[in-house]
Amino acid sequence: MQKFNTLKSIPAYLPIVNIDTDMIIPKQFLKTIKRTGLGKNLFFEMRYDDQGKEIGDFILNQNPFNNSKILIAGKNFGCGSSREHAPWALLDFGITCVISSSFADIFYSNCFKNGILPIVLEEEKIKELSEYANRKEEISVDLNENKIVYGNNEIKFDVDKFKKKCLLEGLDDIALSLKKSEKIENFEKDLKNQKPWIFND
Amino acid sequence: MPNTLYDKIWNDHLVDLQDDGTALLFVDRHLVHEVTSPQAFEGLRNSNRKVRHPNLTLAVADHNVPTTDRSKGISDKESKIQVETLEANCKEFGIKLFGMNDKRQGIVHVTGPEQGFTQPGTVIVCGDSHTATHGAFGSLAFGIGTSEVEHVLATQTLVQKKAKNFRVNVNGKLPLGVTSKDVILQIIGKIGTAGGTGCVIEYAGDLIRSLSVEQRMTICNMTIEGGARAGLIAPDEKIFKYLKDRPMSPKDKDWDKAMEYWKNLKTDEGAKFDKEIDLQAEEILPMITWGTSPQDVITIDEKVPNPQNEKDEDRKNSLERSLNYMGLKPNMAAKDIKIDKVFIGSCTNGRIEDLREAAKILKDKKIAAHVHAMVVPGSGLVKEQAEQEGLDKIFVNSGFEWREPGCSMCLAMNADKLKPQERCASTSNRNFEGRQGRGGRTHLVSPGMAAAAAISGNLDDVRKYQN
Repeated sequence: MQKFNTLKSIPAYLPIVNIDTDMIIPKQFLKTIKRTGLGKNLFFEMRYDDQGKEIGDFILNQNPFNNSKILIAGKNFGCGSSREHAPWALLDFGITCVISSSFADIFYSNCFKNGILPIVLEEEKIKELSEYANRKEEISVDLNENKIVYGNNEIKFDVDKFKKKCLLEGLDDIALSLKKSEKIENFEKDLKNQKPWIFND
Repeated sequence: MPNTLYDKIWNDHLVDLQDDGTALLFVDRHLVHEVTSPQAFEGLRNSNRKVRHPNLTLAVADHNVPTTDRSKGISDKESKIQVETLEANCKEFGIKLFGMNDKRQGIVHVTGPEQGFTQPGTVIVCGDSHTATHGAFGSLAFGIGTSEVEHVLATQTLVQKKAKNFRVNVNGKLPLGVTSKDVILQIIGKIGTAGGTGCVIEYAGDLIRSLSVEQRMTICNMTIEGGARAGLIAPDEKIFKYLKDRPMSPKDKDWDKAMEYWKNLKTDEGAKFDKEIDLQAEEILPMITWGTSPQDVITIDEKVPNPQNEKDEDRKNSLERSLNYMGLKPNMAAKDIKIDKVFIGSCTNGRIEDLREAAKILKDKKIAAHVHAMVVPGSGLVKEQAEQEGLDKIFVNSGFEWREPGCSMCLAMNADKLKPQERCASTSNRNFEGRQGRGGRTHLVSPGMAAAAAISGNLDDVRKYQN
């Protein structure tokens, strides 16, 4: 997994609430057996018309937002399905930080598995930051310090310590869990004794 | 200290707990389907890892499969590759798979319970948000992403943090024509699509206990639409009876031992909930969704909202966006909404009792001439059972198409989809923009309401057709 440390970018602002994973990446693109190549289809239905032409009004079709690495959006971002294709599409487009006042649980945890930092801020702060998007000014995110710097201001944000460590170091979850193999084996031994029906054998 | 059912299952599955609260949780049951698993298997191969417990894993292709004649296989090239990839992966890693022509094939959340793979007190995961369905058996069941699928395959565990406890109590008796689908739509309308975020919901109360196993599944299924990853109901005699003698249920001595454990799976008296709400069943009416979020619910007697009445600017914009997408006018009566299609099926409402409920309304009636309607049974076994009961004939005689099992038009990954601006009364779970096809308009309803809409040609009150 790619590490996340600091990030500087003009943010793109998408003022829509309840952006669901069907909007982020519609089902026809879930037929892939790869993780890559989904960026061109990110927000497909809002981004392209029926003929497949880019819709000029859509924020990510406009310069400089087509190069934004930070997306600011309305509350409950990422609701709906568990498809990890949603963070894969964001990542492939180049977005590695999403800021919203709330996220759906599965999307939120999927982000961290892919080097994307989801940041939760109060609505008021979101409005403040969105001004920077409107003015096409850069903001920077510093995960080490848990802060966003914009103009002469900064905002602190919360992030789970363990998730932060994994992002900063680009750690592989599975390798970390496999270090606990002995604990897993002991758990399984007890389980076989106490709930023999679980193992189906 | 008194514990909730969720607390108990959680504690019982802790392999490790770090000081910061990060837990490693043992997974008893892992369901796998073709859409969210290929990258996980590829990850295993790249790191030279094996599946730790193939026999705790069950696979079935459901999202991409055609619901029409299957003798020629899958015509869509990408869908075909995805289904074949699942077959190859299951073979390579030694996982049991119900292939497309196996009558046990079906939607993963219909198949699991049917086979007895789903059991009380277990932790069940699947790369699919509607895994919450299995919570009806008193299991902790939730959807995970593909990276987590790979993690479970490799370690049979999952890294998790504990969620909050949220109890939804529904007491009383449902009025005629009102179903568990209406109950869950009402709950989502009340708490909102983010109302359960960060929580596990326990459904309780005498109405919940009075529901059949399948009706409970409908409620738990849509928990994710209220933002909670998992919803569960304490198991009881109905659950035990349902599971007895299923192919993968415990047998003989194991059954007795399991029963001892299962019987104690309930929230202790005085256990603390972080959140709690109460609903009275008598006040619930047949529901529809009018907008593009499952929280956009009204009763069939109500009118579509008017954005002008909203003070909050964000909320007003959101209502306008939804109405515009749905092609509806403010203050329009629900019953004036004309429909083009009807879809009965999905992991929410594709089980035998759902089909019976719809067939009861459709018996000896014809659907409106302009309506195209289809039934997609949740599994091959549901289809077989329905055919034994003659339900297929009722559907076909009324003008419905009778299809092969799968996810179908719930998410329109296969050929079953809405055309732009087409409007559908659907028994599925999501009315998001484009969910059932680009530009398609979805109204979520119960199976009986879907049948009533098919007959009338517009959204209508199922109570009108109750015999």
